[in-house]
Amino acid sequence: MGIEIEIEKCVGCGACIKACPYSAISMRDKIAYIDEEKCTLCGACVESCKFDAIIMRVHHEDVVRDLTAYRDVWVIAEQKKGAVQSVSYELLGVGRKLADDRNAKLGAVIIGKDVRKQAEKLIERGADKVYVVEHRDLEHFIDESYSRILANLIRKEKPEIVLTGATAIGRALIPRVAVQIKTGLTADCTSLAVDPDSGLLLQTRPAFGGNIMATILCKDYRPQMATVRHKVMKELDPDPSRKGKIIAVKPDDTDLKSRTKVLKLIEEMESTLNIAEADIIVSGGRGLKSPENFRLVEGLAKAFGGAVGASRAAVDSGWIPYSHQVGQTGKTVCPKVYIACGISGAIQHKVGMQSSDCIIAINKDPNAPIFEIATYGIVGDLFEVIPKLTEAVKKILKK
Amino acid sequence: MNIVVCIKQVPDTTEVRIDPKTNTLVREGVASIINPFDLYAIEEGVRLKERFGGKVTVISMGPGQVENALREAISLGADEAVLMCDRAFAGSDTLATSLALSEGIKKIGFDVIICGKQAIDGDTAQVGPGIAAHLDIPQITYVKKIESADNGKIIAERMVEEGYEVVESSLPVLITVVKEINEPRLPSLKGKMKAKNAAIKTITSADLGIDKSKIGLDGSPTWVMKIFTPSKKEGGKIFEGSADEVVAKLIAEMQDNLI
Repeated sequence: MGIEIEIEKCVGCGACIKACPYSAISMRDKIAYIDEEKCTLCGACVESCKFDAIIMRVHHEDVVRDLTAYRDVWVIAEQKKGAVQSVSYELLGVGRKLADDRNAKLGAVIIGKDVRKQAEKLIERGADKVYVVEHRDLEHFIDESYSRILANLIRKEKPEIVLTGATAIGRALIPRVAVQIKTGLTADCTSLAVDPDSGLLLQTRPAFGGNIMATILCKDYRPQMATVRHKVMKELDPDPSRKGKIIAVKPDDTDLKSRTKVLKLIEEMESTLNIAEADIIVSGGRGLKSPENFRLVEGLAKAFGGAVGASRAAVDSGWIPYSHQVGQTGKTVCPKVYIACGISGAIQHKVGMQSSDCIIAINKDPNAPIFEIATYGIVGDLFEVIPKLTEAVKKILKK
Repeated sequence: MNIVVCIKQVPDTTEVRIDPKTNTLVREGVASIINPFDLYAIEEGVRLKERFGGKVTVISMGPGQVENALREAISLGADEAVLMCDRAFAGSDTLATSLALSEGIKKIGFDVIICGKQAIDGDTAQVGPGIAAHLDIPQITYVKKIESADNGKIIAERMVEEGYEVVESSLPVLITVVKEINEPRLPSLKGKMKAKNAAIKTITSADLGIDKSKIGLDGSPTWVMKIFTPSKKEGGKIFEGSADEVVAKLIAEMQDNLI
């Protein structure tokens, strides 16, 4: 077993019991006891013990011996149809800070077809150098070839930190890269910082549906890699006077091989915006009662210039496609403003939207759980409130 | 066709709550369930078998109690179940987990491997692509529909932010599925009987002949430094009254604080 209590050091304070997310620790004769059946060796208790009484023995065999060979912070830019996606600018924003803290350069990698001119944009947003990998076969994201190219580039250039967006593409791409280069990867981070003492990347992310936060380290392997949640980090304003180096990378023929191919792309976000991108989301739930009434939600979203979301109940009733579903079995979103209309706020919905900056809830039931997390709650009939709110918003935004 | 479905037993995170006094996670009495996305994976495996023939094997890594989840999967239509149970697997992060599972899957044999999009406790979505990388096979993530899977190739619809892609891949392949792909059936009486009597095959790290330094804590590059509860959102302002009044109040607040 990799974890032990040093009985002489344990004072029975119980701090570890609170730290354990798996309820694996209890007190026996005033000494902490770890239940092996429940313990997952996550290590959360080790840090919690002020008396160094919990020892976790880890022996990493194939560690990176020379950590100093790894320098620089990299951002893997995401492009669609040749255009850089906004999540990449957010990554450059946080990447710039990390690179400065590490006294290192900020690099960006862009893979695609005819994407060279995008490199300038990445430099304007903070990159010191941009690796441009171009080929006609790389126009669209392909899991196998993109991951192989990236793994080879990382092996060669040895960045210390690699960041990717926690998007559909990012979350398919980067786990394959992590396996190929045998390093750690932390998913869906909402906060990144450099530990001033160790210089390690502190990667903080929600777990258990946002009920707890965990800070993850990757001590002995390089690079330290993380995917980062969209809309959490701040992008820098573009600065056209910034200078940077553009480095062309030629992919090998073997890198380009792929056993999958995209036959076609069907775009179906017909109503306004993609919910992962939106600053304002107006969501509708069971309280709307019919597909026709769902138009009210769409009208309000349009007035705000926002996107349309939905609860599982609305999607399961067939009022709106699944791609709009927010919540545990749908998407996790964190816009600046989230407006929940006729959504009671079941925990399955809350875990998908509770990190939004401002939550506005409209519901006729004053006891609806959604009000517990609402910044502003309106107790009222949404069929009266939404049209009036829509008109008021239109008037203000016109000015 | 050999269909392998990877499942995970997870705490029902919708039941997990925070003790307001101690500000810690209360897990007492919280049920262990099959990860919700994995139910769609099991169903899709069974449907693939019904359409194209073959065998569905479910596999999971975890403590002994995971046997319950595997029996449930059999009641839902899986043919066989494999439990990878060994203290040596404990503490595995996504890299070590995907390695161990890929070795287990090699023992079973595979044409199509199906995983849920992600597990609701860790929410990483990394183990599926990790398994594909360890096995060096192609992957299609976020699948919402399998159009066909025969003659050595599969055509599937993959969800992306702006819609979906139709993707073709050779077999063997690993796919991860989203909720939209199907509506899982309820266990049949026959399925329940079968589940009760089914022999669950157990695999240890020794059976895999796997290098112990590559799994469990020793094989995991990432490390949980600390766990804490997020700062709670302060209770907000509630407006009541006529529609005109509440809209006016809300607009005033929004103009003061948001614009």
